[in-house]
Amino acid sequence: MAALPPEHAGARQRAGEPSSGRRRSARWTFCRRCHAKAEVTLRHHNAAFCRACFTFYLQRQVERTIEKERMFRKDEPVLVAVSGGKDSLALWDILVELGFLTTGLHLSLGIGAYSDQSTLKATQFANARGLTLITVPLAEEGLAVPAVAAFTNRPACSACGALKRHYFDRLAIDRGFPVLATGHNLDDEAARLLGNVLHWQMDHLARQRPVLEPTHERFVRKVKPLYRCSEYETAVYAFFRGIDYMIEECPNSVGATQLVYKDMLNRLEAVSPGSKSTFVREFLRRGRLLAAASPVAPPQACERCGMPSYGGLCAFCRLVREVEVKRERRAAARP
Amino acid sequence: MRITVLPQHKQVELSGRRRASEVLTQLGFLPGTAMVIRGDQLVLEHEMLDADDVVEIRSVISGGS
Repeated sequence: MAALPPEHAGARQRAGEPSSGRRRSARWTFCRRCHAKAEVTLRHHNAAFCRACFTFYLQRQVERTIEKERMFRKDEPVLVAVSGGKDSLALWDILVELGFLTTGLHLSLGIGAYSDQSTLKATQFANARGLTLITVPLAEEGLAVPAVAAFTNRPACSACGALKRHYFDRLAIDRGFPVLATGHNLDDEAARLLGNVLHWQMDHLARQRPVLEPTHERFVRKVKPLYRCSEYETAVYAFFRGIDYMIEECPNSVGATQLVYKDMLNRLEAVSPGSKSTFVREFLRRGRLLAAASPVAPPQACERCGMPSYGGLCAFCRLVREVEVKRERRAAARP
Repeated sequence: MRITVLPQHKQVELSGRRRASEVLTQLGFLPGTAMVIRGDQLVLEHEMLDADDVVEIRSVISGGS
């Protein structure tokens, strides 16, 4: 048997020669489960899988996470927030494959061709599988992200986040879903944790969990079934499953702080595989106790829309009011 | 080999036979941040890419805020 390449030393893999065809590689790596030729290696798990076994592995991992964290049951309808990207479509696919009752929710953000394409991907995914997708075009509500950002002088990502949170919460409660699932993955959670720790945002740390129970009658349970799956794993899953997802990135994400944090964490991961997973896991195990020592007051009802709010108006209504005031001023200034 | 880098849609030509991990490093990708796709198959990082291969390198990093 040929020697294993250095990056696979210690792995439960065998190495051999391809039996036929053009010589592609000096060695093959074999699947940990079935010993067929592997198509993906996971450095942080020191494992390799073929296509079928990786698909099984990831679905099983998500199923275990849902069970362990008591996210939802098979008889509970789940609203899945779907952007059209790899994570949310992979999540929806996994939940459907696992037999959960799902409905998709897509916000068309009004960010030009990017949003049009994202909506198309989400719609095509749902149609091809006979799934129900609720689509909310924000432009038709007068709240396209670029317009809101321009009217309020906020960064587009800040406006986008406030809009998403409001519509996700409101539609989940209005349509009678007890659970809202989002496609946040391990990399998202690690980057968010790094940002929260760098700024010691105790209130944010206290709320960084894979399951957020409702703290107000107009909140539903929010869950992140992919929080243990890396971004690489969800991308590979989407590729193996033939999911036609939105590869292009949001034009507003250029230079985003979260991407800087992700880059730093990936550099750490390159020299110490498993760092991201350990960072998040140990925070949830130990750090959460520290964060819990900073209790967050429960929200009140927004004076305008009745949704949960930590002030007189919720973040969404403050945003909308700002947009309305600016629009009125602009209209009044016209000759 | 002819390489398309996504999502930038950048076209790159590299000569000779190379290991996939070398190509990723040369193009500035850290391990685990991009998929190397040849045809309808993923290429493992230690596998070789031939001089006449047509390859897609697809970043897996997404996010904003």
